Amino acid sequence: MTDRVRSEQDVLDAIERRRRRPHVKLLEQHITLAHGAGGKSTHALVETLLLRELRNPELERMGDSALVQLGNGSAPRVAFTTDSFVVSPLFFPGGDIGDLAVNGTVNDLAMSGARPRFLTLGLIIEEGFPIADLERVVRSIAAAARAADVTVVAGDTKVVERGKADGLYASTAGLGVVEHGLELDPSGIRPGDRVLVSGSIGDHGMAIMVARGGLDLEVDLESDTAPLHEIAAALVAAAGDGLRCMRDPTRGGLATVLNELAVAADAAIVIDEDAVPVRPEVNGACEILGIDPLYVANEGRLAAVVAPEAADDALAALREHPLGRQAAVVGEVRAEPPAMVLLNTAFGGSRVVDMLAGDPLPRIC
Amino acid sequence: MRFVDEYRSGDVARSLAERIAALAEPGRRYKFMEVCGGHTHAIYKHGIEDLLPPEVELVHGPGCPVCVIPMGRQDDALAIAERSEVIFTTFGDMMRVPSTRGSLLDAKARGADVRMVYSPLDALKIARDNPDREVVFFAIGFETTAPSTALTLLRARAEGTTNFSMFANHVTIIPAIRAILGSPDLRLDGFIGPGHVSTVIGLRPYRFIARDFGRPVVVSGFEPLDVLQGVYMILRQLADGRCEVENQYTRVVRDEGNPRAMQAIAQTMELRTTFEWRGLGFISQSALKLRPEFADWDAEVRYEVPGVRVADPKACQCGEVLKGVIKPWECKVFGTACTPERPIGTCMVSSEGACAAYYNYGRLSRRRESAATT
Repeated sequence: MTDRVRSEQDVLDAIERRRRRPHVKLLEQHITLAHGAGGKSTHALVETLLLRELRNPELERMGDSALVQLGNGSAPRVAFTTDSFVVSPLFFPGGDIGDLAVNGTVNDLAMSGARPRFLTLGLIIEEGFPIADLERVVRSIAAAARAADVTVVAGDTKVVERGKADGLYASTAGLGVVEHGLELDPSGIRPGDRVLVSGSIGDHGMAIMVARGGLDLEVDLESDTAPLHEIAAALVAAAGDGLRCMRDPTRGGLATVLNELAVAADAAIVIDEDAVPVRPEVNGACEILGIDPLYVANEGRLAAVVAPEAADDALAALREHPLGRQAAVVGEVRAEPPAMVLLNTAFGGSRVVDMLAGDPLPRIC
Repeated sequence: MRFVDEYRSGDVARSLAERIAALAEPGRRYKFMEVCGGHTHAIYKHGIEDLLPPEVELVHGPGCPVCVIPMGRQDDALAIAERSEVIFTTFGDMMRVPSTRGSLLDAKARGADVRMVYSPLDALKIARDNPDREVVFFAIGFETTAPSTALTLLRARAEGTTNFSMFANHVTIIPAIRAILGSPDLRLDGFIGPGHVSTVIGLRPYRFIARDFGRPVVVSGFEPLDVLQGVYMILRQLADGRCEVENQYTRVVRDEGNPRAMQAIAQTMELRTTFEWRGLGFISQSALKLRPEFADWDAEVRYEVPGVRVADPKACQCGEVLKGVIKPWECKVFGTACTPERPIGTCMVSSEGACAAYYNYGRLSRRRESAATT
């Protein structure tokens, strides 16, 4: 080996050391939109401010829900979580802010392996917002709650002056019961494990981008928003001990979730581009905008890591559910290089799939 | 997506890769520059280097529109964007480029009305929808994007939209290539010519590269098979002892380019005497400004901007990266002080920038590197 090769290796090693170093201080003076994109800037904000001030073992797990024990050790474990919804437009093909607010929290509970039971609902409404639209949203919340078998047991409404909110913001908290003894945690991930997704990726994010208008794209795209409690329960039943963990790849997409898992497991996740299901319409819209579907949000998909011997049963269980017809094994876990996600391209090459700094920004030409 | 997938076939790629390997003389080292950032992005995104024999090295060129904007111009953009009457519109890629006072994203967080658009026509629409505001479009890019700026200007004039102006930063590709060919510290064996730019300017402007500098040029498309075939065609020329300008991208690029687009540019814009390129310094007659008859739509005329030349941060080696003199990882701050989250140089911002492409996609290329140099 020549000096040059060693030195490239040195640079790459230095980058990896730096990448895996915890954030200690937020370098920005102001919140930018990048802090809300779910990528590296969001992680930096959470680690340097929220985790620093609120630190406790359960929060440190940074799971989709907290798992807490109420009462003595014989009481069932409870999953507890919260989520906020600021989607624009409020109504989009395939859903609206109402079912999104229910499904988002239901899915966070379901990914922890819990059966979702109760929700709370907070609405922040802008002065002048049409009652008819609000009615439509609340009806959709009711329908989504019925579909997910959860009850909205408490709520709050606030109205802010015109211009102080973008029509309507919603926030839900959720409580679920863990009815199995499995420890679902990325620390259980081992080399050789398989990575599964329950369906095509990027549908929700691209449907929203197209629905925002201004793109002049004529594509038939619907959000995938859906409650995942049933399909998650089916996966738990089918894979049993072989199930390491589940995640719903919302903001930041599949790439972000896999990076979080790779870091938590200190392992490499290698996925095959050919194996990742992407609708042609999503691929086409992404291609035109210069966006990678791996980073586009989903609201009704799950990613799961399962032991190799459980992979076939897990895949069959996913495909048996209406939401999982297109489920696929998309990759596997390897020991090296730790904390990285790699992609074998359909073209025959390989590359890194990193977490993005902020929102994916469209390219110029 | 059939129209794209057929240019991404792994099977075709493998057979093309075999033909490339057969053409490359063992032990000889070939350095080909892909001029355009779109190619750089495609090369890393699809892992094209994994399919090349160790003899062939791809060197990344200056054709990334975001990368070549000097910091002083970014300062000017911020100064305009922060005016209270202005809605500042820009392509998304420019939002994170640092100025001396942060990026446009930071300016937006401080209260500036900065909006991302996909085309200058979207910016013009915002102007029509907001008659009480002044809408400025941050016009950047090579000959690829200049025609859309030109047509938008013509439309603004025709419809009499006066609350709209352009902050023009269009650059032209040929002077940059000439500057690179004149650089003594770089030995290149051929060029993968920019596909999109060539749809506008055609093939003729590249002839001097073959004629005066004896280097083959193959204008190529942006799908991975296009790039691979471009490499094959350059090697074929070298093996045959030919030196020509060839067109791989015939499904899009015509030899004569697009005369109507060129005419629209000429009608609305003229060459600046000189323009500063990030890292490359001042290059004469390398950029476009609005013609005097479009002064009413010229943000540089309408708004006072600092117009100060700002030296690049000392540690930043974007210039060497843009000229292909060093690989991204050879820059002293690459990946440590300069990352996509906190970029120092522009090459780390745009997804077409060599540093961002290498950082985001290519941190595994050591396998090939070591194969090539041992």
